[in-house]
Amino acid sequence: MLDEITGAQTVDWRSNVLIPALAVLSALIVGAVIIAFGDLETLRLYGSDPGQAVLDTLNRIGSGYAALFEGAVGGLNPISETLTRAAPLILAGLAVAIGFQAGLFNIGANGQMLIGGMFALVVGFQLDLPIFIHIPLAIVAAFIGGAIWGGIPGFLRAKTGAHEVITTIMLNFVALRLVDYLLTVQFFQVEGRTDPVSKSVLDSARYPKLIDFINPRFRVHIGIFIALLAAWGIWWILYRSTWGFEFRAVGANPDGARYAGMNVVLLYISVMALAGAMAGLAGGDQVLGTLGRATPNFVGVIGFDAIALALLGRSHPFGVVAAGLLFGGLAAGGQAMQAATDVGVDIVQIIQALIIVFIAAPALIKAVYRVRAETRGVEVGAGWGT
Amino acid sequence: MGHVTVATAPVDIIRTPAEVRRAKILAIIYLLLAAFTLYAFGLGTEESATFVLSRSQDAIKVGNLSIPAGGFAFVTSAILAFIGARQWMRGFGSRTNLVLALALGLFALSFLAWAAAGTSFSLVGLLQEAIKRAVPITFGAVSGLLCERTGIINIGIEGMLLGGAFTGAVVGSTLGAVAGMVGAALVGGLLAALLAVLTVKYTVDQIIAGVVINILVLGLTSFYTSQILVDNQQLNNSPIMRAIGIPLLSEIPLVGPVLFDQNIFVYGMYVLVAMTTFGLFRTKWGLRTRAVGEKPRAADTVGINVFRMKYLNVMLGGLVAGFGGAYFTIGSVGRFDENMTAGRGFIGLAAMIFGRWHPVGALAAALVFGLADSLQIKLGILDTPIPSEFLAMAPYLVTIVVVAGLVGRSRPPSNYQPYVKE
Amino acid sequence: MTEQRTDGALERAHPVSDHEPLRTLELRGITKRFPGVVANDNVNLRVKKGEILALLGENGAGKSTLMNILYGLYSADEGEILINDEVRHFASPSDAINAGIGMVHQHFMLVPVFTVAENVVLGVEPINQLGVIDIDEARQDVRSISAQYNLAVDPDAIIEELPVGLQQRVEIIKVLFRDAEILVFDEPTAVLTPQEVEEFFGIVRKLKNDGKGIIFITHKLKEVLEIADRIAVLRRGAVVGEAEPATATESQLAEMMVGRPVELTVAKDVAQPGEAVLEVENLEVLNIHDHIAVHGVSFRVCRGEIVGIAGVQGNGQTELVEALTGLREVVGGTVRINGKDLTHANPRQIHTAGVAHIPEDRQRSGLVLPFTLTENFVLDGYYDEPYSRGITMDWERSRQEAERLIAEFDVRTPGADVLASNLSGGNQQKVIVAREFGRKVDLVVASQPTRGIDVGSIEFIHDRIVEERDDGAAVLIVSTELDEVMAISDRILVMFDGRIVAERRPEQTTAAELGLFMAGSQSETV
Repeated sequence: MLDEITGAQTVDWRSNVLIPALAVLSALIVGAVIIAFGDLETLRLYGSDPGQAVLDTLNRIGSGYAALFEGAVGGLNPISETLTRAAPLILAGLAVAIGFQAGLFNIGANGQMLIGGMFALVVGFQLDLPIFIHIPLAIVAAFIGGAIWGGIPGFLRAKTGAHEVITTIMLNFVALRLVDYLLTVQFFQVEGRTDPVSKSVLDSARYPKLIDFINPRFRVHIGIFIALLAAWGIWWILYRSTWGFEFRAVGANPDGARYAGMNVVLLYISVMALAGAMAGLAGGDQVLGTLGRATPNFVGVIGFDAIALALLGRSHPFGVVAAGLLFGGLAAGGQAMQAATDVGVDIVQIIQALIIVFIAAPALIKAVYRVRAETRGVEVGAGWGT
Repeated sequence: MGHVTVATAPVDIIRTPAEVRRAKILAIIYLLLAAFTLYAFGLGTEESATFVLSRSQDAIKVGNLSIPAGGFAFVTSAILAFIGARQWMRGFGSRTNLVLALALGLFALSFLAWAAAGTSFSLVGLLQEAIKRAVPITFGAVSGLLCERTGIINIGIEGMLLGGAFTGAVVGSTLGAVAGMVGAALVGGLLAALLAVLTVKYTVDQIIAGVVINILVLGLTSFYTSQILVDNQQLNNSPIMRAIGIPLLSEIPLVGPVLFDQNIFVYGMYVLVAMTTFGLFRTKWGLRTRAVGEKPRAADTVGINVFRMKYLNVMLGGLVAGFGGAYFTIGSVGRFDENMTAGRGFIGLAAMIFGRWHPVGALAAALVFGLADSLQIKLGILDTPIPSEFLAMAPYLVTIVVVAGLVGRSRPPSNYQPYVKE
Repeated sequence: MTEQRTDGALERAHPVSDHEPLRTLELRGITKRFPGVVANDNVNLRVKKGEILALLGENGAGKSTLMNILYGLYSADEGEILINDEVRHFASPSDAINAGIGMVHQHFMLVPVFTVAENVVLGVEPINQLGVIDIDEARQDVRSISAQYNLAVDPDAIIEELPVGLQQRVEIIKVLFRDAEILVFDEPTAVLTPQEVEEFFGIVRKLKNDGKGIIFITHKLKEVLEIADRIAVLRRGAVVGEAEPATATESQLAEMMVGRPVELTVAKDVAQPGEAVLEVENLEVLNIHDHIAVHGVSFRVCRGEIVGIAGVQGNGQTELVEALTGLREVVGGTVRINGKDLTHANPRQIHTAGVAHIPEDRQRSGLVLPFTLTENFVLDGYYDEPYSRGITMDWERSRQEAERLIAEFDVRTPGADVLASNLSGGNQQKVIVAREFGRKVDLVVASQPTRGIDVGSIEFIHDRIVEERDDGAAVLIVSTELDEVMAISDRILVMFDGRIVAERRPEQTTAAELGLFMAGSQSETV
């Protein structure tokens, strides 16, 4: 029996590095096909001059991806952009990853970001404090706002069995509408204006930029450090603290956790609150760092990208950082690609979705590339049941 | 030989403290609604609201209905208070969701009377719109329940609707409306096939697979809209299905124009709900579907092909959602806009849960949500101090209340574990 | 209403199969490998109509795998299945069903929310041209089979509301409805009282006399000797011998089954009970369906004694144990441990009060399978020294403790970093026992401590439990295996329908007497 046991205890480098890398590669290849179909003229050319059409298609894909790459890492400004976009992605990715570790599916990062951002916004424009108090206070506000919005589904799951997938989706929409509404309220609006744009946060609450002394265009700010610090903190909690042991135990086997004397109700609430808090920080990053104010749905689809990112990072905080940098690069590069070529930025969204497909179904990757690796697909508590 | 009967032990239902607590929370919600109705809509509202019940083109016209908003609010408040009291003392058992739907409808009417006090307001228009708005929600909900009854969660309804809307517009513009509808259904089916392969064959987490479909479709439709449709408007200009009045039925006052003077999507919704109800609970296919969803291994051991049933039903669900998606373009405005489904698929999911995984229940829930949607639009006409954003939130909040089990227990019908043959 | 044909088949409005009469079934050279294990090793078996073949083997011997191959659920790596001496290939259960094979699974294959009639016809539904199910016909068919085989059950009853004994009848009706001629019963008596077992054997004999062939899978020696015409013994996937019930003895069979002489009793000294550790008074507990599962139960367990609770599964034992260990809300009565009122205590408080708990389902609640052994060893003590300080886990120290326990409790594993999911059932159970007994405890609550594990592990765990008793702990054991309760207990309580209906000393009672209490046909106030 012993040889049966010795096989796969720890998941090897193949599943942590090779499979994700192949997933990204596969997504880029499929993305190329999708780009090819986005050009009617070239498609028509296939009827008359197939040779030229093939060249045009390859040229289009090549120039698109080249621009994408260039826009992500080709110089100081692209790197500044990549890091700027990576910060909220990492934080939101942590929000999803924490949930996964505890067996909860947090689809609500978007809503939690919005609420966290609004909390930070109020502190940011309403209080007038010295910078070394104002920024931390605004960050705490973002943390609390997100924690509240994340804690609600945690509470509902623990107390009533309401599945967090449904409640977080619904709370996303509620948060979206709530922000829409708040931006029509005078308290938030810029004086004398009625368009749905909030007041700007005061300079004392704005995240300082890092390299704007080189060129004021460079947007990267301290948000990326906050994200890295948060990732380290989450790693410590998950793998070095008793609290994290409880998170992981309840995630792997809630019945076992209950049997072992853990307070599952409190755990579900605290896990979701912590996850929400991370998303709140991501919202704070947008409001206090990148944007400096709130607009309708100022978080875009970061909360959904975060799901792909958490999966790509295997729900490990450091994996999330790596995936966040990659997605930050894709986002920055995508924007540059849209500007430089006629390939639209939405392709990034598609590539990210494809990455999830390939990551979530490792069997698919293994079949295509004939990789041998001990992997398990990601699985979160199945069903709506209580 | 006589009947063989065996006495089974009587099942004594004892409500647990938790259940009693939930039932009481719901009762308190009713009582608060009653108090709110009384305070906000009843007190100080002297004028009457005039509801227009017929359209100018109707053959049989009925007079306008004039309701004293204040008085109506008093009556509504009394009824809500009664429901609340009964909920507190006895509960409504299996009719809890139905009662909640009726109470919400009544509350909405009272709200409407108050909002329209002193003016006149077309009730026909409102209800007609509500039915239309219920269409994609119902299609989404039925799609979801076809999947869930067979043990697969479909979070990707939103993406299937969006894919159907896009295909409906493009194919409808080039090959005509019928082809557009067929194409939309097929694209929905194709997306569902992806869901089925990922979840059944590759045992990908069902929620992840659904999320992927949503993101993928949003990305694809947005990408091709900006790459192609923006510069080729002729590809985004589909025919629109007009309303067809059903002879005789459409001439019934109020009911006729609301229910029977609609376009093919609305009639499709009626047929869909009737057929799925009949199919699920009366036919061989339905019995097997439910068996696979409840206990796949039991189905497998009597020779039912579990995987085939799952593929079949998920793809059926996809066809339904895809067709429902075409409503947004062919059934409504004739052109595609990025992310035009705006979360209707998720409301469909909510309607499925609110309707307790039953097609008729889903339809009822979709109508309530459709009414909320329709109110939100029509309120723009009336000058009310209630921000429309709050009405837009209502379906989501109601859903949270429902899944939190405050409204009876909503036990899902399925075993969602991926079926592995070992 | 029903005409009986001479061959025992039923005349029904809706015939469901048309296979040729099945005379013999043979498995020839069946081999099945799973990664790292040979589950079946060149197995040969033959059964003919009108015969009862018992397939005897301990847990993990490969009985279920073999039957799943026969039923088309798995495919064999080597070997063939012959019917009437013709090779047949079963790719799915429907092939097996069509060939006339029926199986009553250990875990019933019934849809809980369906009615009896719906379950019976599932897969071979009587329908009209529109595909609509004719439920009246289904009811009629259930009634006629019920009548013919004395398998009374209401066709309109919902399965989940039926007791397990009746659910088993539905399974048998289901098989007969498909005109099965070889019936396979997988551990059919596990959920029955001794009297129900007798009744069940009556049904089996009737089936045999009607010309059905029976394969009876079990690990219970007594039953084999009572019912079988022939006995085949399976060990580590291979048939190690055949026996005739007339000549074989229990200890011979046990030795064949395990491969070495086996003590059929638990060696222990006479108990020396001390003061009461666990005192339960009028305890009332609800089950998951919110019905009362434990009705005012009172008993006490003292230092130095083992009290066993016997009973058929589902008579409130699970709820009782969960209530005692803080996992289930108590709605009435009191629980005192060492004189302290712990009625509404949570599992953590009960753990710290010195209680060891071996849970009923080791994989569901006793272990976290994707965790390493180290993590599993600290599972219920992680929050305190020596495993952690403040909120910081001390993994180094935890690992040392884990290694100590692995050695002391003879857990067969290459190391402490192995995932719990990679251990065999017996070793998983040893991990739990090691964790729970690894510290000094006053009370042991063990629920089904040996379910589904090999004989070696069973002996080890029984010995450790007796050791705990001799070290002065009070022990409460709950088991549905009457033999186990009788072998290990110093005092036996019988639970039926949520009540304790009898108290006996093992030396003063018999299985038959306890069986009557377990079935509820007798009770006395305790």
